Amino acid sequence: MKKVTTLALGAALAAGPAFADLVFPDLSYRTGPYAAGGIPFSDGYQDYFSLVNARDGGIGGVMARVIECETAYNTEKGVECYEATKGEGALVYQPLSTGITYQLIPKVQADGIPLHTMGYGRTSAANGAVFSNVFNYPANYWDAASVAISYLSDENGGDLTGKKITLLYHNSAYGKEPIRTLEELAAKHGYELTTIAVDHPGQEQGSQWLRIRRERPDYVIMWGWGVMNQVAIQEAANIRFPMENFIGNWWAGAEHDVTPAGDAANGYKSLNMNKVVDYPVFAEIRSLVADAGNAAGDGSNIGSVLYTRGMYAAMLAVEAAKTAQEIHGVADIDASMMRDGMEALEMTAAKMEALGVPGIGPEFSVSCENHGGSGLGLVQQWDATAKVWNPLTDFIEPDNEIIDPLIKADSEAFAAENGITPSCDG
Amino acid sequence: MFYREAGDFKSSYRSDSQTFPIAFDRYRYYALLVFAIGVVPFIVDDYWANAVLLPFLIWSIAAIGLNILTGYCGQVSLGTGGFMAVGAFACYKLMTAFPGLNIVFVVLLSGGVTAGVGVLFGLPSLRIKGFYLAVATLAAQFFLVWLFNRVPWFYNYSASGQISAPERTVFGAAVTGANAQAWASYLFCLTFLIAVAWLARNLTRGAVGRSWMAIRDMDIAAEIIGVNPLRAKLTAFAASSFLVGIAGALFFSVYLGAVEVGEAFGINKSFLVLFMVIIGGLGSIFGSLAGAAFMVLLPVFLKNVLVGGLGWDTALAAHFELVLVGGLIIFFLIVEPHGLARLWELTKEKLRLWPFPH
Repeated sequence: MKKVTTLALGAALAAGPAFADLVFPDLSYRTGPYAAGGIPFSDGYQDYFSLVNARDGGIGGVMARVIECETAYNTEKGVECYEATKGEGALVYQPLSTGITYQLIPKVQADGIPLHTMGYGRTSAANGAVFSNVFNYPANYWDAASVAISYLSDENGGDLTGKKITLLYHNSAYGKEPIRTLEELAAKHGYELTTIAVDHPGQEQGSQWLRIRRERPDYVIMWGWGVMNQVAIQEAANIRFPMENFIGNWWAGAEHDVTPAGDAANGYKSLNMNKVVDYPVFAEIRSLVADAGNAAGDGSNIGSVLYTRGMYAAMLAVEAAKTAQEIHGVADIDASMMRDGMEALEMTAAKMEALGVPGIGPEFSVSCENHGGSGLGLVQQWDATAKVWNPLTDFIEPDNEIIDPLIKADSEAFAAENGITPSCDG
Repeated sequence: MFYREAGDFKSSYRSDSQTFPIAFDRYRYYALLVFAIGVVPFIVDDYWANAVLLPFLIWSIAAIGLNILTGYCGQVSLGTGGFMAVGAFACYKLMTAFPGLNIVFVVLLSGGVTAGVGVLFGLPSLRIKGFYLAVATLAAQFFLVWLFNRVPWFYNYSASGQISAPERTVFGAAVTGANAQAWASYLFCLTFLIAVAWLARNLTRGAVGRSWMAIRDMDIAAEIIGVNPLRAKLTAFAASSFLVGIAGALFFSVYLGAVEVGEAFGINKSFLVLFMVIIGGLGSIFGSLAGAAFMVLLPVFLKNVLVGGLGWDTALAAHFELVLVGGLIIFFLIVEPHGLARLWELTKEKLRLWPFPH
């Protein structure tokens, strides 16, 4: 047995890569029922690395290389992509899928590669003492649920007592994540919560909206993704549900979600973790990447909600890589150094200004105790005539009093199940 | 030249009715086994194990399971995904409830639980036949997935409804969990496949298998000659679900490590296994393996050629892959409606006379 292990280890070492560039795998999905969201995100993610290569000559002088791998939002293909790319010296994985994230969490812990799930994935990964290699800054699902409730509470003068709120969710790990937080918040704020599930992929929602029509909730909060969002907004319009009382989370608030419903979608609100305005960096991407013919897509997505988020994800990865280079004093960082960089990442207003994206996200700093960032989110509203998302509020603080104990409980359960001793010393 | 039986004399019934009666075939089979057990574990890496070999082995087990029911007993089932989910969730519940229980027994017990559920859903097959039975098993598929999504007890009340497999070892080597070595999980699944194939082969050529085939060929005639349809159909459902349950348990615990029922065991999985069985060859163990290889390995192979080899855009390659696999399915079914197993038989016939066919 020992011999076999040694042999296997030898083979793994022999196959190890020579660090010539910094590798950022992009597990994208440009096919399948979730492609509408996957394409702009992936375009933004890749274009930012192309921009950094073209403008700055790489990160700290080392070129960034993106390996794209198509997952179609499918967990089996996600595993295949992970195994196919990890040998290339991958620095960080961002699968943009909660299902794939759950699969990769134990694998990245074993392989020592960081996983960044920005605003999705396993919420309790915010506890870095347990999830040493998983990061979900700047905000997570439970923050989102809490921000949505805080916003509604403010709208009602601080009192939600007796209000009826319905959660319409994608019937998967992704959609189920906020339920517990919303229940805890319901106990605190005194609103009445109903949950309605929509099965994958969500093209058929007649019965769900019939129920909403019958129960007449004051607000509908949606945890949707892919084709489910457009169908829900169309159905809401069909039953004449007031759009301003319909709030999607940050994965249910992009241009392609609202445009199919046309003018009927006017006033629909959604959360966002990054502000979407015309940043100076988009001009740079247009001139240095798109006009040079290096854009990942056809260039039509530049500046859209999910493109901006994909670019923001790449930007945080680049900043973490720079931090890692500073900490370790080498330009050719590996995955474990990248992890250190992510854990020491600090995003300040000045830094964002310098990057050409003033105020794109909240200021936050990552530490071992907190891999989840500040958790701030804002509310934006769709203007169907101008076809733009307008930020309605500034960044709203989540209710950490509710969320922190939940994160602690869930991460400790994971630690106990997997025999991990929570520690921030190592 | 190959596969000749000239000079290969059988002097006992036992040697005459063995699985590989032709000496060349038999040695080739032994060579393959030696290679799979003795060589592959030493050269396999994470990618080959997790992306290629494990899915192939596990889907082969599922295909053999469905082949018993559909190919040998003639009962069309669209509930395979649901039964795999039963195996996976039984495995999860057993793993978490009895942490000390060896994973081998957990997987076997999961198969047993699935066999029970399979028999339950097989009961309607006594009254309804053909397409109507397919619809009844389709109901099983949707009901089981709904059940595992709906009742939190099945996923131990976790917030997300995901189940994840803790680490378990066999003879000191981890086969599930993140620290499992590629060779260990590979050997674990391979052992199950060999055992399952051996079991299925011996079941199908014995009295039970004959009663299944009698029911498949003409159930009224079978009843007249003394085959008990209740017994035959329910044993077929039990044996088939047992194997499918084992496949589901391995799929969850060894291959994926964490699953979400709707995504991992949806209706498309039922179709996938049915396609494997039809393309591979109904009523053939080799066909199950060939079908699984076709449906699992071809997309991975195409992806590597198109994206890795030719440098195509990933989205274009993914779409083209669907077109190509679909086209090949149609091609194979037109050229040989009895599946890859029959194609292989014909090749063997031709090879026997090659290079002098006259």
